[in-house]
Amino acid sequence: MKKFMMDFEKPVVELETKLEKLKRLPTKEKSGIAKEILLLEKQIDKIHESIYSNLSASEKLQIARHPNRPRTFDYVDFIFTDFIELHGDRVCGDDLALVGGPAFLEGERVMILGHQKGKDTKENVSRNFGMPHPEGYRKALRLMELAEKFNLPLICFIDTPGAYPGIEAEEHGQAAAIAQNLMKMSTLSIPIIILNIGEGGSGGALALGVGDRIFMLENSYYSVITPEGCASILWHDETRASEAAEALKLTADDLLRLEIIDGIIDEPLGGAHRDFELVGGTLKKVLEDNIKELKGVSIDKLLDDRYKRLRKIGAYAEK
Amino acid sequence: MAQLMPISEWFQKKEKYVQITPKTEKRPMPDGIWSKCAECGEIIYQKELVKNLWVCPKCDFHYKLAACDRLNILLDEGKSDEFDASLSSADPLKFEAEKTYIESLNQSREKTGLNDAVITVKGKIDSRNVIMAIMDFRFIGGSMGSVVGEKVTRAVEMAIKNKLPLVIVSSSGGARMQEGMLSLMQMAKTSAAIARFKKTGLPYISVLTNPTTGGVTASFASLGDIIIAEPQALVGFAGPRVIEKTIRQKLPKDFQKAEFMLGYGQIDLVVHRKDLKATISKLINFFTGELR
Repeated sequence: MKKFMMDFEKPVVELETKLEKLKRLPTKEKSGIAKEILLLEKQIDKIHESIYSNLSASEKLQIARHPNRPRTFDYVDFIFTDFIELHGDRVCGDDLALVGGPAFLEGERVMILGHQKGKDTKENVSRNFGMPHPEGYRKALRLMELAEKFNLPLICFIDTPGAYPGIEAEEHGQAAAIAQNLMKMSTLSIPIIILNIGEGGSGGALALGVGDRIFMLENSYYSVITPEGCASILWHDETRASEAAEALKLTADDLLRLEIIDGIIDEPLGGAHRDFELVGGTLKKVLEDNIKELKGVSIDKLLDDRYKRLRKIGAYAEK
Repeated sequence: MAQLMPISEWFQKKEKYVQITPKTEKRPMPDGIWSKCAECGEIIYQKELVKNLWVCPKCDFHYKLAACDRLNILLDEGKSDEFDASLSSADPLKFEAEKTYIESLNQSREKTGLNDAVITVKGKIDSRNVIMAIMDFRFIGGSMGSVVGEKVTRAVEMAIKNKLPLVIVSSSGGARMQEGMLSLMQMAKTSAAIARFKKTGLPYISVLTNPTTGGVTASFASLGDIIIAEPQALVGFAGPRVIEKTIRQKLPKDFQKAEFMLGYGQIDLVVHRKDLKATISKLINFFTGELR
């Protein structure tokens, strides 16, 4: 995996590089410095803790956008078995930024949908950096209906900077495609679980985001507008994005407080990419538990609760 | 917070009667007997412009309408019963930029006399009861926060309960960022309400006016059984500035205009303001089975 350093990680990464060098020394010389290695490791742990346990919104944003952050397919491979990717919107295209298909979750049949970013520049270009066109949302709608027909619980992975703002996307009805998904998801007669694993960029994220349970990874974000976009509107200055990130209250903690999500899934210090299997394991457990619970609820109650859940969101005064 | 004047401006000669028009908003000068059309430059007799429903007689440019003016045009004798008028925004995020959210709200309230960017009413179109929601772009760009989302949702629920046709006239820059995710979730809330309305078998007519973009287009505004737009209205998901910045090229002049969207199959009809009420009336009568 390529090394990638976020600004605030600098002190750790320097020490880590030093430690690696020491460890790489021949064993003969190493015996004399064993103590030093131990000391260094302790020091690193300490700094880790102090940096990562008090991350600001914009620092979390950097982790959410980390190039090595696990993507939808990483979790799909780790959590599920026999996944079959299904393609196309049956109108005019197949959007690689939004993927999906059926799979097994420990013997349970489910349908998976998710935004998919690339691992490198080449893949990112083919997947449009995880920014879907209407074709993607219409494929999602098709698979949602398929899931409903075969009574499969729906699991959605959210990880997108936003729906793509381009000429063709507008011509093909980006807004309508998103709106249709919002409407459909509110009435799908199957349990729906939403997992935000990285970026929750506005309407493009929400189009996979209506459901019965919504969880966010600790360092993911969910926002009405990108902090850059917000800063450019407020101050005509994108470099003030970190201020905007604070103001927008977009972290998992904020959104739990605002009662928009149901729970936060812990990540190892530094982010999910530092111990992917740990996070994958937790996600799997969360999915299993919640599907079991939701399958015990009658469809009428499920839909009623889903409506009520949306119905109560909002802050206003009334005389 | 008071805005301080930059020193460079202290020594500039001031003109009397400065007219301040926001850069993006095309509106003819409201005072005086004569107006100059902000689109074609034609000098228009003010009274004629009002009589012409705020449409330029020469170039047919449709100006933005205040919600109450829209109401007068669409409802019988302009009469209606407004509901939920007292709903007003809280400041759940304690949002602060150059201005606080509270200051923006207060300014908009003063400017428009409204509590937020939508009014919801029960009224009559050609003697037939309807529930109508009308957005007002002057109120923080017609943006949708908790109040707009809640009022639209209640209007939809009111239409379901009273078995009445629904008309929503949109005009919005999208979700209101000062309320963060609470605003975004209003898209889901209103769409879920529309989903319930769809089961009633009653018509929902969505009217898109200049401009309707972002979270409003990507939720209830695009879910009409019939979608109508006013001529030349800008309709889209992303605003043209965002698109130009993303693709790094100039957009064609007619891009995202109502006629353009009609050509791409995104809307049913483009209807001139003078024919809007009659068209809505005809559609409602047809789809409720009350032909005349």
